[in-house]
Amino acid sequence: MNNTATATEFTAQDFTSDQEIRWCPGCGDYAIVKGVRKALAEIGTPPEKVAFVSGIGCAARFPYYMSTYGFHTIHGRAPTFATGLKLANPELDVWVVGGDGDMLSIGGNHTFHVMRRNVDVNLLLFNNEIYGLTKGQYSPTSEEGTKSPSTPFGSVDHPVSPVSFALGVGGRFVARAYDIGQKTLPEVLKRAHSHKGASFVEILQNCHVYNDGTFEEVRDKGSINNQLICSHGEPLIYGKDRDRGIILNREKLALETVILGQNGIEEKDILIHDEKNYNLAVMLGDLRPPNGPMAFGVIYADPTESYDSAVIAQENELKKKAGEPDLNNLLRRGHTWMVE
Amino acid sequence: MPGNAVLTQTNEQRESLDSVVVRFAGDSGDGIQLTGGRFTDETAVAGNDLVTFPDFPAEIRAPIGTTYGVSAFQIQFGSNVVKTSGDSPDVLVCMNPAALKVNLEDLKVGGVIISDIGTFNDKNIEKAGFAENPLEGSFLDAYRRIDIDISKLTLESVKDSGVNKRDGQRCKNMWTLGLVSWMYDRDIEPTVQWLESKFKNLPEIAKANISALKAGHAFGETAELPAALPVFTVGSAEFKPGEYRTVTGTEALAWGLTVGSNLANLKLLLASYPITPASSLLHVLSGLKEYNVSTFQAEDEIAAVCAAIGASYGGAMGITSSSGPGVALKTEALGLAIAAELPLILVNSQRAGPSTGMPTKTEQSDLYLAVYGRNADAPLVVLAPQSSADCFDIGVSAVKIATQFMTPVMVLSDTYLVNAAEPWLLPDVNEIEPFPVSFRTDPEGFQPFLRDPKTGARPWVKPGTPGLMHRIGGLERASESGNVSYDPANHQNMTDARREKVQGISNFLPKQEIDSGANKGKVVVVGWGSTYGPISQAVGRAINQGHAVSHIHLRNIWPLPSNLGELFSGFEKVLVPELNAGQLLTVLRAEYLVNANGLNKVAGQPFRVSEIESAIISMVEEKNE
Repeated sequence: MNNTATATEFTAQDFTSDQEIRWCPGCGDYAIVKGVRKALAEIGTPPEKVAFVSGIGCAARFPYYMSTYGFHTIHGRAPTFATGLKLANPELDVWVVGGDGDMLSIGGNHTFHVMRRNVDVNLLLFNNEIYGLTKGQYSPTSEEGTKSPSTPFGSVDHPVSPVSFALGVGGRFVARAYDIGQKTLPEVLKRAHSHKGASFVEILQNCHVYNDGTFEEVRDKGSINNQLICSHGEPLIYGKDRDRGIILNREKLALETVILGQNGIEEKDILIHDEKNYNLAVMLGDLRPPNGPMAFGVIYADPTESYDSAVIAQENELKKKAGEPDLNNLLRRGHTWMVE
Repeated sequence: MPGNAVLTQTNEQRESLDSVVVRFAGDSGDGIQLTGGRFTDETAVAGNDLVTFPDFPAEIRAPIGTTYGVSAFQIQFGSNVVKTSGDSPDVLVCMNPAALKVNLEDLKVGGVIISDIGTFNDKNIEKAGFAENPLEGSFLDAYRRIDIDISKLTLESVKDSGVNKRDGQRCKNMWTLGLVSWMYDRDIEPTVQWLESKFKNLPEIAKANISALKAGHAFGETAELPAALPVFTVGSAEFKPGEYRTVTGTEALAWGLTVGSNLANLKLLLASYPITPASSLLHVLSGLKEYNVSTFQAEDEIAAVCAAIGASYGGAMGITSSSGPGVALKTEALGLAIAAELPLILVNSQRAGPSTGMPTKTEQSDLYLAVYGRNADAPLVVLAPQSSADCFDIGVSAVKIATQFMTPVMVLSDTYLVNAAEPWLLPDVNEIEPFPVSFRTDPEGFQPFLRDPKTGARPWVKPGTPGLMHRIGGLERASESGNVSYDPANHQNMTDARREKVQGISNFLPKQEIDSGANKGKVVVVGWGSTYGPISQAVGRAINQGHAVSHIHLRNIWPLPSNLGELFSGFEKVLVPELNAGQLLTVLRAEYLVNANGLNKVAGQPFRVSEIESAIISMVEEKNE
């Protein structure tokens, strides 16, 4: 008998708060909250040791629906509150939830630094490629040409890929899942949780009010031929009939999709997924129809010491060296003199 | 002219003075601040009371010889209580022509100018903006001049220490310190020891600096100086018995916050982003890890305040620190801390503005920002230390108020307090009553926003506590349950409750006292923050002249002291001197309908005693309409 035995007693219900969910009917967030609760039950950390921190936006309502500790903060800044929380209270499991506007537009700087520092928090970016709560303006992940209330003739600026961004700023755990993919999502979340340091999960989420079908080719029914589920040590094979694969075109230094059995391609020619290979991760993160399938699962995972644990180690070392602190000594550092 | 009269003065011939103001001035690369710091230490050891005023440019190393690159350090020391760094220097030490150009207008008529004539070449004279050499002709006839080729004498003094010419020249400040130390009968031995320890890995540099220091001192003692050279004795001040040190506002505040957090039994987490002049608080606290202090240099001002709020949410004392422009960036997050009712301390080291303004110059112009500067009805507590040593008490109080009332507290320091040093009678920390935080752990009857009937504070729960899981945030929340609520009556109630909680804090704070003068009279002078010294001295002078004037100095800016209106009723007129365009002034007029008048200065410099004194006198003599 050990603690894991008791930990597995949790169910998704144990992570469900009494608050009525106020997302639009049919929103992809319903599936995500379900997947997260299921993952938390399987992870088995007691609800009181879990905190959800969010910014502003539809996704940021998330903490209200979890029966854990929760802090719904201000727009874009959730990673910074989470950093302070983790430094003050390192035993907590801290999850950060935000949308593409929250985490890549107003809060892009903080998403960058929390990953660069490698703070041990789990970042969930719900990407619907649109601003939902402010009623449909285009976002930094919207496709070029997106028509929205603020871009009636189509947007002209270039979108960012959340996974590429995360890899670019030094993220050591980068994964992708999608709202209704209830097999991949909880597994990816469990991996994100067990990773020490910042873990980043892009979750494709359908906003059926303002941007319905934006992920149709990779998320919806019938899109299996565009879904590349990455699994460490396994060949990058996908498709309904598992007859498609990824190879490296050495001349172009780029990934290419192939059909097994065509042009003499055999399974041994297919690239093996190595989640510690940064360059492979960068190339996988970029794939999207029509230039290939979309990669899901753990795209990159190469842990290193987290910021919070390095800070605490340094502080403990200094405390050990200094011995019992005496506040009177603090005020008397340096030169003092007596007046009789 | 120098070098004519041979003079050997003994201590018996020294002129005795009550107080002296000395200003060292030179290029920002001349080591002026360091010279001033060492002279301060020597003066403290000699038993004088003192106040200093370091005044330096924003440029780290401005082009050599320019007026905008001039750095200055002023010290007033005396045998009586010294409250300011002095209105005008008695002695001005100029390391180059630009230093003379910038500082001459402040010097007392008849004051002493010590110039390093080695730097008064055509190029430097022109750079400083003089049409001709100011040391020639009658330009400086109103002053007593001591012209010394400090550059040359310094190089001669270090020739045996093995340093190159460049390093040798850099010892000029120590030569000058040696001379000024001799003028005021200061012991240079502590500086010798300090140099030995500072340069213990660079023995040649240590030797050169010590040689220069001793040479400057010996020059005064033995060399040919004009009879005009004044040498002084300033007797020891009457200090209360006890252990003393000199302290800057930054050090005192850092230690106050640390002691306060320890007395509250909390980890202190300072999250900050570097900005002049606030960064020094981050520097001091980052060296105090063994006192349960954590520091986090955030990616920007907003991240800093948010991380501090996150730390408070996690059960630590979250603190952030900045100056005006950075505080402006933090205001949205302050609103969240007010709404979520979490403890937070924001130290605002005010500087001259708006916008980037004059980053190294002092001003008190963020009072509106502190009291009113947020969207919606968003009250918080504002405290203002009145001297460098007072920063310690304010630091301790800020922690106590923030944690006992679950509220953000803004501390309004300023550039002057950050840098200015004064002697401080060290308190015994064991005699301060601890105020340990008791986190809520009992699930029985727990509601996240159920208030303590006495303080109005909501319970503080550390995440991780079983049975108390709850959600907080920026959306308006139902009183008691804390659940999101758009109910109109609830928003009214919560807005009232937040205001009443902060207003009610005045009932827990000591009543406002009159600092000097009677509780009835013609004029009451009301000040706040770092202007305490000059106001106090000006009021003292007016009282000595027989005027019915009193001084009230506010340390609690918001909420205002509960008895302040009552105190005003004893006076015919109210004068409010501030280093801004009249901010406390309108707050007092609005709160008390009192006919207050302002004395306002925004020159990047502290008040002179004489400025306040003449404003008091003209108000006293003004006929009532």
